[in-house]
Amino acid sequence: MFSFVDCPPKRECPLFGTQVPAGFPSPADDHIEGKLDLNEHLIRRPAATFFVRAAGESMRDTGIFDGDLLIIDRGISPQPDDIVIAILQGDLTVKRLKKVAGQWHLAAENAEYPTLPIGDDCEIWGVVTTSIRRHCGR
Amino acid sequence: MATFALIDCNNFYASCERLFQPRLRERPVVVLSNNDGCVIARSNEAKVLGIGMGAPMFKIRRLVEQHDIAVCSSNYALYGDISDRVMSVLGASAPSHEIYSIDECFLDLDRLAVPSLTDWCRSLRERTRRWTGIPVSVGVGPTKTLAKLANRLAKKSVKAGGVLDLVHHPAWIEAALRKTSVGDVWGVGKRWTVMLEERGIHTAHDFANAPDGWVRQRMGVVGLRTVHELRGLVCHALEDQPPPKQTTCCSRTFGAAIHEKGQVHDAVMSFAERAAEKVRHAGQVAGAVQLFIRTDPFAQGAAQKSLSGSATFHRPTSDTREISGAVLRIFDRIWREGYGWRKAGVLLLDLGMPGDASASLFDRIEAPDDGLMSAIDQINARYGRGTARLGLAQNDGEWRMRRENLSPSFTTRWTDIPLARLA
Repeated sequence: MFSFVDCPPKRECPLFGTQVPAGFPSPADDHIEGKLDLNEHLIRRPAATFFVRAAGESMRDTGIFDGDLLIIDRGISPQPDDIVIAILQGDLTVKRLKKVAGQWHLAAENAEYPTLPIGDDCEIWGVVTTSIRRHCGR
Repeated sequence: MATFALIDCNNFYASCERLFQPRLRERPVVVLSNNDGCVIARSNEAKVLGIGMGAPMFKIRRLVEQHDIAVCSSNYALYGDISDRVMSVLGASAPSHEIYSIDECFLDLDRLAVPSLTDWCRSLRERTRRWTGIPVSVGVGPTKTLAKLANRLAKKSVKAGGVLDLVHHPAWIEAALRKTSVGDVWGVGKRWTVMLEERGIHTAHDFANAPDGWVRQRMGVVGLRTVHELRGLVCHALEDQPPPKQTTCCSRTFGAAIHEKGQVHDAVMSFAERAAEKVRHAGQVAGAVQLFIRTDPFAQGAAQKSLSGSATFHRPTSDTREISGAVLRIFDRIWREGYGWRKAGVLLLDLGMPGDASASLFDRIEAPDDGLMSAIDQINARYGRGTARLGLAQNDGEWRMRRENLSPSFTTRWTDIPLARLA
């Protein structure tokens, strides 16, 4: 069946459980509830989910920074106020989708960057569901 | 009534290349075979420019420059991952499915109750494109052969909008058969096409009306089944449970002819390692191994040679150490100096599940699994293929494939994921 090759191997953290010497049943065994799986938490539609790396500062005020990992779900239909990946001049570009007086726009979240009206040549590539930032480099 | 759909990705490899490289959408795209030899996929724009399937790169170089055609080396890591995604969307949509190739999938729509099958196919097509980025065409027919034929027409006709249903429009079947040349019918190869054309059978319609006895005599039961399928009689059911593999192979054509023993040795050791990995991945063990090396049959004036040898394992195994040891012994036995070797491969044969084979009286007792192979497999799954290897071979020899225009592994390697601009 389908396997999501791109995902990191499952990192499983026991919800509840103890290390015991082999041979003795653990009193906790009856209470194990399964493992937490980040893939399950972050990815609803594996077939439609892609990862991209953010490069630049234009979404700073919404909390997306240079180098962040973004999760894109192409199975979601874009709606106003979604953060999306749009194709602008041949590049994948991150913007917030806006609808103002019937006209669609792509807005930056940083006053130094412009808001652009959406033309015919623009395509919304996917909706950003999550951003992941690493706070410890080692 | 039996209802089969064939879903086929449009220009699959070119579509994969364009998904993460939007700039390629404005240019014609061709994808080259291993070693950047021949064209194996073309975007529609490249087809219009007259670039044929299988055209060698050196013959189209002028066209490439004239029309700014994007040339890509084949990136099977990318195509394989995108194919998985497409197949999972398609598989989830119908009661049963058969993955027919990297870019084709049959669906059994027999028990699907929908008001309009054409509308249902259109929305499946749209969902696949939306979710995975890959455009597909859908052909529906009362047999697999007719579904395949409908798919071809759906792709060609602008009016069809990518979907053609011959089950709910049986009146269209005759026109569809007349429009299709006999050589484009599923299962009719080059030799049969020549034979049929010589006897005045030019279209699928001519073929469907050929007398049974004549077809059977000329083309055997296989040909007769094709004719029956064209008439709407189901001969091929969906094969949704492919039988487990009996053999696995890892072989490559080298970037250039290699004369030196050490270089060929490095190549075959890498193939042995890769083949063992494939067998372990399938949870199987191999009973025997075969090695072959051969020269370039197209090299004019060069001495030609083809060598092979095999070995049987006392107990079936998937351990790289045992498999590469056997390959090394075969290699030393068959090696001949003085030839320019161009291709080599390692085949693992007689595959089965561990424990299938009963231990014979004279088996040596195997050392218990020390976990080394699964440790290596886990490291490579996490950090990329080839991170942990046995010290069998150098990894950067001349035998490596020529892939000068390889795109990044956008979906299968963390270091290669696409960049999105925040500008």
